[in-house]
Amino acid sequence: MQRFFDAELESLRSQLLRMGETAIRQVRDAIKALVDGNPSQADQVIAADDEIDRLEVEIDNEAIRYMNLRAPVATQLRMVIVGMKASHDLERVGDEASNIAKRAIRLSAEPPLKPYIDIPRMAGIATEMLRGALDCFLTGDADKALAICKRDAEVDEINRQLYRELSSFMVENPSTIGRALEIMFISKSLERIADHATNIAEEVIYLVRAKDVRHTDEVKKTSAAQEA
Amino acid sequence: MADVVPAKISVPQSAAVGGAPSGALPVEQESIAFDVKNFSLWYGARQALHDITIRIPARKVTAIIGPSGCGKSTFIRALNRMHELTPGTRIGGEVRLFGENLYGLNVEPTTVRRRVGMVFQKSNPFPTMSIAENVLVGLRLNGVRDKALLSQRLEESLHMAALWDEVKDTLGRPGISLSGGQQQRLCIARALAVKPEIILMDEPCSALDPIATAKVEELIHSLQVNYTVVIVTHNMQQAARCSDKTAFFYMGKLIEYDETRTIFMNPANPQTEAYVSGRFG
Repeated sequence: MQRFFDAELESLRSQLLRMGETAIRQVRDAIKALVDGNPSQADQVIAADDEIDRLEVEIDNEAIRYMNLRAPVATQLRMVIVGMKASHDLERVGDEASNIAKRAIRLSAEPPLKPYIDIPRMAGIATEMLRGALDCFLTGDADKALAICKRDAEVDEINRQLYRELSSFMVENPSTIGRALEIMFISKSLERIADHATNIAEEVIYLVRAKDVRHTDEVKKTSAAQEA
Repeated sequence: MADVVPAKISVPQSAAVGGAPSGALPVEQESIAFDVKNFSLWYGARQALHDITIRIPARKVTAIIGPSGCGKSTFIRALNRMHELTPGTRIGGEVRLFGENLYGLNVEPTTVRRRVGMVFQKSNPFPTMSIAENVLVGLRLNGVRDKALLSQRLEESLHMAALWDEVKDTLGRPGISLSGGQQQRLCIARALAVKPEIILMDEPCSALDPIATAKVEELIHSLQVNYTVVIVTHNMQQAARCSDKTAFFYMGKLIEYDETRTIFMNPANPQTEAYVSGRFG
């Protein structure tokens, strides 16, 4: 039997999924603006961040109201907690997309330092992780969520490679320092986005299994195994 | 009669409440009050309880939850043989209280009920008796005549039931002159006066307002320092707030029994989850 408050929880869930879709689109658009050297598209990304911020506040309000009035327990309680935490992660993803867009605008005024290969690759993995985490949230697949956590190591590794590469650019030619730093920060933003996707995947595991895997060997070991 | 209650119960209410969970008394972690094995109960041809096996720990609060008619009241009544007052009941299996068979051939039901006190859903002070007489009726029926002892037990019991301050100047007034919440605490004082080892409570707050409920819940919390409490409740939040362990009954069967935080955070059985989430039926 479907109770009226199940529908409220369903609405919280779909709002979170909508927020997730918006955040993924923001990251993709920011990277596209960077690669295409298109400052007007980057402007659109910055403007659209307000929508994500609005959704975060809305989800928080809904979740607090639900806890206050329905006193949820068990899965329902975990759902509300995870909804709130995941929405904070997605809000941060939106902020990182905005940051990337701002740097894309600055970079578009200068000649490219090098062809963008690693950055789109990182963005591809990070958005796949986000998409996967949201799918797991929808389907309640904790095994898949654990596999997503382990992909974080791939993004970390590309970030480290880029850091080394850009450092050598700066050493060899100081005129590249400004552009190299912007790209370094973009790389760092993507690395943070992958971290937020990992957080959401960990939250899904908590939702499904009522088990907190953050900072545990279960997550760390899988990351290490991936690196090896 | 085994006496697990210290002779002097002069613990101030606030101290008992504040320091109850651990440290106030040596904690006997694995001490089991009730060891129930394959227990079944029939009212005539109708089986009300099916093969219940459960170990209820001493000096802890155990909540029994489940929808109406699931057998929870029948179960706690069987813990002090109260169901025998209903004609045509019979049982199978065994119930041990601190190792002793409650249904042994030479065990008197009245002795069991003295060791295992009960507080009912509706407060039921004796209407013709004063507040003091209500508290002391059990002792008097057991032949206690020592006035000093009666007076001491009266004060102790009312203190423990968090009622002393409200009634100390009106002990001679009728018990039924008190408010509903006070009457329920009076009944708890009456149950405590005979120094039982266990207190069974059958929905003790269902007829009380939130303030009286809070007082009874605080009382339950403070009682667990010295007593084993088994409480039947329809209020999920009350079970979550007050108890250490929770048992979920459905259709006369024990569906799940675990730490309260597990039952309310991550129950193993989908039926339990549906019930505690309010999605049952």
